[in-house]
Amino acid sequence: MTPLVDPLPPYRFAPLGDNAIVIDFGNIIDEQINKLVHSVFYQLQNDPIPGMIEAVPAYCSLTVFYDVFFIRNQIDDQNLTVFEWVRESLKKYMSNQNIETGDPQLLINLPVCYDKEFGTDLDFIATKNEIAIEEIIHLHSSAIYRVYMLGFLPGFAYMGLVNEKISSPRKQQPTPVEPGSIGIAGRQTGIYPFKSPGGWQIIGRTPLKLFNKEKVNPVLFKSGDHVKFHSITTDEFNYLKNNPPSPPGVG
Amino acid sequence: MLDSIQDLGRFGYQQFGINPTGCMDKYAASVANCLVGNDVNEAVIEIHFPGPSILFEEPAIIAITGADFNATVNRKPVPINKPVFVNKNETLQFQSPKNKSQCYLAVKGGLHLKKWLNSLSTNLKAEAGGFYGRRLLKDDVIELNEGQHDLNLREEAFRVLPWQVNEYIGVDLPKEILVIEGSEWNWLDDLSKKKFLKNPFFISHNSDRMGFRLASEPLQASGKTELISSAVSFGTIQLLPDGQLIILMADHQTTGGYPRLGNVISVHLSRLSQLKTGEEIHFKFTDHQTAETLLIKQQQHLLQLQNACKLRLENYTHEIRNEND
Repeated sequence: MTPLVDPLPPYRFAPLGDNAIVIDFGNIIDEQINKLVHSVFYQLQNDPIPGMIEAVPAYCSLTVFYDVFFIRNQIDDQNLTVFEWVRESLKKYMSNQNIETGDPQLLINLPVCYDKEFGTDLDFIATKNEIAIEEIIHLHSSAIYRVYMLGFLPGFAYMGLVNEKISSPRKQQPTPVEPGSIGIAGRQTGIYPFKSPGGWQIIGRTPLKLFNKEKVNPVLFKSGDHVKFHSITTDEFNYLKNNPPSPPGVG
Repeated sequence: MLDSIQDLGRFGYQQFGINPTGCMDKYAASVANCLVGNDVNEAVIEIHFPGPSILFEEPAIIAITGADFNATVNRKPVPINKPVFVNKNETLQFQSPKNKSQCYLAVKGGLHLKKWLNSLSTNLKAEAGGFYGRRLLKDDVIELNEGQHDLNLREEAFRVLPWQVNEYIGVDLPKEILVIEGSEWNWLDDLSKKKFLKNPFFISHNSDRMGFRLASEPLQASGKTELISSAVSFGTIQLLPDGQLIILMADHQTTGGYPRLGNVISVHLSRLSQLKTGEEIHFKFTDHQTAETLLIKQQQHLLQLQNACKLRLENYTHEIRNEND
């Protein structure tokens, strides 16, 4: 297997309070950096450092939460703080890293109805970007997106990157957004699993349920997955809403 | 604020955007559980004044910690930080707010609820966990776990049991909040840095379980660009675009994109969470050595408390049995 990044790009460690540490690769949205974040993340999931509570991958950082009391009782070197011990453990971990893609990634196909009834901000983007609505739909549904991270709401996937021609700014004030709504912010695209206030420009809606609390894993996406949208009619939307496929979207 | 079922939080799912939730004052909740012989992570009811009236349909041993709302059972006062026996058909009420804001009710044996993703904490966003994933409402009936009747006190009326928490770290409410420096601290201009460390910050009225908004002289970041979203934590102090601060609390989102000036140390989250609207705090930077030492001391104290209370409860049960024989 070929290394994705060779050598390791520069990174720094920073504390997030007294029980978490951030491995920070800079302030950048970059596919290679994000792959590296996921690589470290999935390897830590399979082989956690002692006392790790959980790790949270983001665009260009990985945050590791740890149990201070547990680690203090494990380590002999009283000269090191727990923070320093975790930092040194992760440093060793990083130098041992063979940077491969981590977990097997899924390609998830998601039906989206881009009707104006659901895509309430299609007109805004069309006017602002001087582009036909059909072209927005075509551009949005023809690319394969990467799930860079999940956050904000349970199961909210930050995906990218959308074509520059349909890139659009966030709203000044958040407005109420319906569950399943697909939005664009900058060159990111995302889906709201729940009714929520939201600042992204809404271009359509999926009839599929993105969050199911009854499942062992209630969230449809995980970091590193790929997502492809396909355009459906209002009739198809209503049909799928009433007859959800199982498992939804996995292709 | 709302009353809900919480434990010490749901961890391992932040990678999916599922926030940990859990008690605002984890220390007070742990103490409540210790007093009635439970594990520290047992689910408790987090109560804010005016709070509910709770009718006990079966006898129970309970403890109330955190905020003192002058609780009574059938008009008899219930002291905080002591276990009490409540008989069948007696009613627990909260009369008036004496101090602090987060009150915890633990019941011996715990509440009979189904865990969601390994935790009983209520996640309001996902409408899951706790009591049907929602806040508690009038006429809700919460079942208790087995193990209520082993004291054989069925014929007794309300009584206070003979043990309590003496050394209660966190009962004091000094204004000083210790903070570990955050990644974007140096985004502040020099004047704002001085203001952060010198000025008082007041808990604003639009504060809730998600975050405490603070009111003070606005701070300024020195012309930096937008921050790309990354993980945040309980206690993360973020700089909002209007120059005001928010401290993320128990129901915080998993990720955020505002500059992180610092993080309140774990042990001081308890005192912070107990503050009320209008109360003032001051920030002071500290190091990992200090923060970790305080946290470890607190954990050790809880372990000792847990063991001591279990022993007292066993002895007490034994005495009562002998009396009854």
